[in-house]
Amino acid sequence: MSLLEFSDRGIHCPQADVYIDPWRAVDRAVITHAHSDHARRGHRHYLCSPVTEPLLRTRLDRYASISTLAPGRSVTVNGVRFSLHPAGHIPGSMQVRVEHQGEVWVATGDHKRDPDGVSEPFEPVRCHTFITECTFGLPIYRWPDPAEVFAEIDAWWRQNASEGVCSILSAYSLGKAQRVLMGVDRGIGPIYVHGAVANMNEALAQAGLQLPEVKQVTPDTPKEELKKALVITPGSAIGTPWTRRMRPFSTAMVSGWMQLRGWRRRGNLDRGFVLSDHADWDDLLQAVKDTGAERIIATHGYTDHFSRFLRECGYDATSESTEFAGESEEGSSGTSTRSVDPPGRPEGGPGRPEQTPQA
Amino acid sequence: MNREAQLFEELDATTSTNAKVAALARYFREGDDSDKLWVIALLSGRRPRRPVTSTQLRQWAAEVAGIPDWLFEASYHVVGDFAETVTHIATLEIPVEQPLSAWVQEVEALRGLEEEEQARRVKAAWAGLEGMALFVFNKVLTGGFRIGVSQKILVKGLGKATGIPEDVLAHRLMGDWSPHTTTFSDLVLEPTSTDDDARPYPFYLAYGIEGPEGTAAGAGLEELLPLGDPADWQAEHKWDGIRGQVIVRGHRHYVWSRGEELVTDKYPEFQAFVEGLPQGTVLDGEILAWKDGKPLPFAELQRRIGRKTVGKKLLTDVPVAFMVYDLLELSGRDVRREPLSWRRERLEELVTAADLPMLVLSEVLPFTTWQEVVDLREHARANSIEGLMLKRLDSPYEVGRRRGSWWKWKVDPQSIDAVLTYSMQGHGRRAGLYTDHTFGLWQDGELVTFAKAYSGLTDVEMKEVDAFVKKHTVQRFGPVRQVEPELVFEIAFEGIGASTRHKSGVAVRFPRIARWRRDKKPEDANTLDDLKALIGS
Repeated sequence: MSLLEFSDRGIHCPQADVYIDPWRAVDRAVITHAHSDHARRGHRHYLCSPVTEPLLRTRLDRYASISTLAPGRSVTVNGVRFSLHPAGHIPGSMQVRVEHQGEVWVATGDHKRDPDGVSEPFEPVRCHTFITECTFGLPIYRWPDPAEVFAEIDAWWRQNASEGVCSILSAYSLGKAQRVLMGVDRGIGPIYVHGAVANMNEALAQAGLQLPEVKQVTPDTPKEELKKALVITPGSAIGTPWTRRMRPFSTAMVSGWMQLRGWRRRGNLDRGFVLSDHADWDDLLQAVKDTGAERIIATHGYTDHFSRFLRECGYDATSESTEFAGESEEGSSGTSTRSVDPPGRPEGGPGRPEQTPQA
Repeated sequence: MNREAQLFEELDATTSTNAKVAALARYFREGDDSDKLWVIALLSGRRPRRPVTSTQLRQWAAEVAGIPDWLFEASYHVVGDFAETVTHIATLEIPVEQPLSAWVQEVEALRGLEEEEQARRVKAAWAGLEGMALFVFNKVLTGGFRIGVSQKILVKGLGKATGIPEDVLAHRLMGDWSPHTTTFSDLVLEPTSTDDDARPYPFYLAYGIEGPEGTAAGAGLEELLPLGDPADWQAEHKWDGIRGQVIVRGHRHYVWSRGEELVTDKYPEFQAFVEGLPQGTVLDGEILAWKDGKPLPFAELQRRIGRKTVGKKLLTDVPVAFMVYDLLELSGRDVRREPLSWRRERLEELVTAADLPMLVLSEVLPFTTWQEVVDLREHARANSIEGLMLKRLDSPYEVGRRRGSWWKWKVDPQSIDAVLTYSMQGHGRRAGLYTDHTFGLWQDGELVTFAKAYSGLTDVEMKEVDAFVKKHTVQRFGPVRQVEPELVFEIAFEGIGASTRHKSGVAVRFPRIARWRRDKKPEDANTLDDLKALIGS
């Protein structure tokens, strides 16, 4: 019996009968973070970080049974010790450390090493087996300095504002939106948000996060105001009647996928800014190194390529199919009227994991 | 090349034609002359010959990135563009700033060096550049510089910066120049008249005739009635050959293809024009495989296209003729502004006087009513005839693709229902998506490949088929996936002929996806025999 196993419900600890980010309903679920591919409805009992709790209540169920565990503290279930350690992905996101009779496993959920100003910074955790995402697990994904990216976003917004054009920026409502909010030059003009983003801001404020005041776009928002505004919205609202009153506007997206010209152009948006809440190639490798783990399990992203590369570097690396989606997941739990495919996803996206024959 | 990198950033960051033109105009006002010349050259498809093989480049790129070859390949297939892949994986070490022209010269200087030295220099460049500048360098290195800037946009930008009329500029940029043989000033600002006998005129290209309010054309009268009085128009066959321009100047002749490729040597038959036509003659027409007074199938002409020089046997088997339909220069005078009726008369005189078997005059089809034109089109599908051309008799010879005075009216395409069998990821905006499909038709219980098609689906359908391919892969062959034979598509094509070069024994022209036949099961798709029955129909 392994300390953690991959079942059709999720990552399972049989000794404690606890699941990590399960995708089918279970009794006891430890939740790494509040994105919808990791935090699903219907579990009997949830355990998560204090920041994640109000997010789950907002996104899943106000009355869910949720216990919280502060980062670094632990809880023991049938001899198995569970503790949470910041993953740096979005506010509240945690890696789950699982220890039993001296054996340590860590499951990351999603993670990012670069501090982003809103999430608790990533903390490397020593372990024997490291279960990691690899959404951007190819050497073509290497992020530019976020300060440079924000300078680009500011320049785009400033240019639009000077021409009386509204700047509509597509960003995940949870995590990316707040990061953008904190990172842009708020002196350029007013900032408005979509209802989905406003909901997340509110939940994060409950969790004690200090965010700048922003206004929600409503039917009464003066058109004049929008001409100089930055509007932060989930991608699903772009192309819907909701944006009609912002005309004339310029559209852009912030995402790691914007690294590739093809995906930038395919999005049919005016601009693409490279800013991700996931580790890039170099940081994924660094994260693996820092754990000291010999055994690596890749769960979502370019899992086959990433684990093969690790094997060639001498690790015992494998990949497992999960229903995690990585950055293609879009938290469009708000008032969006239709769902739009993300601009692209690595193969083996949600619900259709793939196995590459080993060449 | 900071300024050029900035230009390409600006071009890449927008889908608006106006913004692209403005960015080019700013650059052409500010840039250095020799770099501007290279920008024009690269954007108009004039690039240095590829000095190293792509296999070498892949190997070196994997080396500098410290990754195995297979991981570079996997990355390349995700990015869909070699130059971009290298741009992402290379790491800036010591920045090197030098003009674009100097970088291009470095690329050119690679030719003929020892491989070790080539590798050293390429790797040094990769370590000295980043971002767009690195991307541009890689594009120069690997050839192919498509960045969403058409010749039209380039000319508009240049025109805005210099104040020179666009059609004059379009003409100046034509022909066989390279930044080594001219300067910005000589090419763009004040060309000397004697410098270039070979220089062609820009081609005038027609749009397809449209149905009411821009809908796709049908086959009826309603498409033609808006053209007005039939007496103002001339009708000709639209031939399925290679558009060409023949120049006779200075006791030499030059043959240009529409892609601005000088193809004189491929068609030695046209040598006779030097004697047969007066000096200072420029003709527009179609190069056709032509035997015994009629055209051969396009597949035959293809045997000639691929060859730089042609052997005796091929010359006998597949002779070519120039089906001429317009006159652009007469006795050294540019006559493009004269009305078509005037040009046509002079053209007929020239062709009659030349009396050459390989110079064939495109027939003017007689009609007095639009209904007769509809009938002509109905009967057009035969003998390499793609449809009809309609031209206003008073029209000048314009530059580039224009609406209004010239229209092409193709015969309705033929089509057949085929099964999706293989798929490959696309490039550019289709990178990462399985969009390049192969289709098969039934024969003895098996699907035989008959065509590849890339276009015709909506963006939504494209993503749906991509998801299908990923989910229903049977086998992988490198970047190609064999899929379960489940989806049926109607494949339309313009022409069809027997072919010994295709496994199916049939070659189709311009295959494309007409529609997704969700209503059909794979066993409902057509057979190869159904397709063969269309030959000559």
